[in-house]
Amino acid sequence: MTIQTHADETNGTPEVLTTADGKPLKTSIARALRREKMRALLLIAPLLLFVIITFVAPIVDMLFRSVENQIVSTTLPRTVVELDSWDGTTGEAPGENVFNALHFDMTVAVERKNHTQLGTRLNYEESGISSMFRRTGRRVDDFGEIYADQFIDLNSAWEAPATWVSLMASPDWIAEQAAWVADRDAARANGTAFEQPEPAFAIREGVAEALPRTADIYQAFAEFIQTEDQDSPTEEEPWNAVYTGLHDDLLANPNAASAFSGETATLLSQAANAVSGFEKISLREAFIDADEDWGNPYYWGVIQTFSPSYTSGYFLAAADAELTPQGIQMKPEDEQIYLYLFWRTLLLSVTITFSCLLLGYPIAFLLAALPARSANLLMILVLLPFWTSLLVRTSAWKVLLQQQGVINDFLVWTGLVSDAGRLVMINNQTGTIIAMTHILLPFMILPLYSVMKTISPSYVRAAKSLGATDWTAFWRVYFPQTVPGIGAGAILVFILAIGYYITPELVGGTDGIFISNRIAYHISTSLNWGLAAALGVILLLAVMLLFYVYDKIVGIDNVKLG
Amino acid sequence: MSALPAYASTGQRVWHYSFRTICGLIFFFLIFPILVILPLSFNAQDFFTFTREMLAFDPAGYSFKHYEDFFTNPDWQQAMRNSFAIAPVATILATAFGTLAAIGLSQAHVPYRSVIMAILISPMIVPLIISAAGMYFFYSRIGLQGTYVGVVLAHAALGTPFVIITVTATLVGFDRSLVRAAASLGANPVTTFFKVQMPLIIPGVVSGALFAFITSFDEVVVVLFLGSAGQKTLPWQMFTGLREQISPTILAVASLMVAISIVLLTVLEFLRRRSERLRGLSPS
Repeated sequence: MTIQTHADETNGTPEVLTTADGKPLKTSIARALRREKMRALLLIAPLLLFVIITFVAPIVDMLFRSVENQIVSTTLPRTVVELDSWDGTTGEAPGENVFNALHFDMTVAVERKNHTQLGTRLNYEESGISSMFRRTGRRVDDFGEIYADQFIDLNSAWEAPATWVSLMASPDWIAEQAAWVADRDAARANGTAFEQPEPAFAIREGVAEALPRTADIYQAFAEFIQTEDQDSPTEEEPWNAVYTGLHDDLLANPNAASAFSGETATLLSQAANAVSGFEKISLREAFIDADEDWGNPYYWGVIQTFSPSYTSGYFLAAADAELTPQGIQMKPEDEQIYLYLFWRTLLLSVTITFSCLLLGYPIAFLLAALPARSANLLMILVLLPFWTSLLVRTSAWKVLLQQQGVINDFLVWTGLVSDAGRLVMINNQTGTIIAMTHILLPFMILPLYSVMKTISPSYVRAAKSLGATDWTAFWRVYFPQTVPGIGAGAILVFILAIGYYITPELVGGTDGIFISNRIAYHISTSLNWGLAAALGVILLLAVMLLFYVYDKIVGIDNVKLG
Repeated sequence: MSALPAYASTGQRVWHYSFRTICGLIFFFLIFPILVILPLSFNAQDFFTFTREMLAFDPAGYSFKHYEDFFTNPDWQQAMRNSFAIAPVATILATAFGTLAAIGLSQAHVPYRSVIMAILISPMIVPLIISAAGMYFFYSRIGLQGTYVGVVLAHAALGTPFVIITVTATLVGFDRSLVRAAASLGANPVTTFFKVQMPLIIPGVVSGALFAFITSFDEVVVVLFLGSAGQKTLPWQMFTGLREQISPTILAVASLMVAISIVLLTVLEFLRRRSERLRGLSPS
């Protein structure tokens, strides 16, 4: 590009460098640089997106799951609101209002079949809650039957779905729904397919003010019927809880009928006059009758403690503590397992790292000292295990270490060990340490070797010529130069070791397992995903911290393979 | 260290030979477990140890029955088919995305380079159990849990860091003026890439692909959580076999996998030498 100079007359600056096309050089260079940056980013973008979607998003999701606790407030929305004002320190179970809310929540939850999930979730915090929910779930629909029967005895019109629709639904919805039925029937008559869903239920204006509880539960009913059952509220008799709601509303607001007109108003005022004479039921007693634990303020305390949408409960559980209505407390001694498991994971990983260093250092030293030809040959002995499948190596150790295995057979044959006294080397910590040292050894040797290769032998020669003994020359001159290699190798092995799952699972028995095995257990067996996520997050933080150190020592860009 | 000088003292001699013995023992520790399964896989009995006949080199003590079992048992055959259905697709995805990104990362001016690098390398650093847990939670939300696509995507993500590292390493020695020369001779960027850059970095791409392949082919933790029975791979089948102690067929499979490792190792070594030669470095 040609660079010209010319006087810029407008602002009096004498000279500005420009390119051949007259643009200032500065902007031109900035533009080229920007274009280059864009090109680099465009090349990286597909992979970045791919990794973010397939890998980073799952990790973020796990972080979210470790604190997420929406199940209580989504399953029992009404109860959570009412329970907010309950004071757990009085030693009394909550009052009738909370049980009224619980009745509606449980009715919906039982219909949706998710009350057992909630029970399972709360059972992680306090065992026994699961059976409370299960037992009550079987009976909750009967609680309102007494009101349903009395309404229907009073006037059989209350049994008809149409009565309820004309009472609760907005006139617009009724018209839309009628049009939808006409379309559907026409399609059926023609034999054509009709896939359109029924218009979503809409409540009549003013009902929510006149009959608030009825409106609330009837809307829940209509939504459930339409979305879960694929049916229409015009054809289904409402749940018993809807009658309970109507009973409560009419007791509280005997003039509710004034908000309506025509037949429904007549029907409603007839019912309003009758409800005070209805036989009553205490929902609080009905719940306590279904499971006496509903009368225990302690369980209510647990529900209240875990009603917020986010909880530290899983992290506390991962640290052997628990969130109780009285605050954070340590679990009883005999239930503490995770702190010990973290400690053991740490201890075993340190042992494995140290064994790898002990075995890897001489090998790296030998390989670095030998002439290239023999070093390359011996390197194969390091690289072959490195390249062999993890499961192959684990199965090899299983074959070697078991009581009827090769090593024990050999020891018995040589007479070192009697046939009855075969060594137990597998399904315990020994098995884990031996197998994992073997598996991770190449990760120690390779970084050590690459550092030792760069150390010039002249330093040691100089030390010796100055009178140092072999040991002093090694310890004072050679060894300090290998420390970066030791650091890199040790951190690499340690990072890999603390997250190991397969090998401890196969050769570790019960006392040789790591925190990873517990995470796997919670994902696939106990299904306590929140706790699995919390344990995973703690492990991840540990690894990231170590990796930060590794990056400072070695640098990500200097990671080499093979 | 390499050779003992003539003037070495007795102590030095003793140390020299004992050091060599120690190293020999460590090499034995490294290689013995892998070598021992090869003869054991020809065991005529269903034992995981050497029988009397085997030690006496009696032909009756050896047989191919475990290999026969592997090639006829429908479970193992299905597992092998699954492995070969998953690994190549994951490799192609990882190599294509990874090579492009490595070329992008090797440009002179990349904004937020270290952050991007950290994200792209993360699948290699995060412990597999955590990746598996996260993917299990997330993929079951979006309906990919227990599907072929889910497993392939997960394996591709796990393989990309290896492609990036190997290709970036090759690009360090790549002379960028060749690209400029091609451009000045009238080649468009696509032609330049395929005719000039690609042939020179192909050893790095191939070894990256091999790493990605072996990552997927050997991977068991993620597939164990993310897959359903329909995605049961060879390592998964081995894992179940080892946990439940079903049959010594595992040893036959293990021997075959060692053979695959040897082939891969040879190819990689060949590629490494070739790329060193191309870059004008003397082969060590």
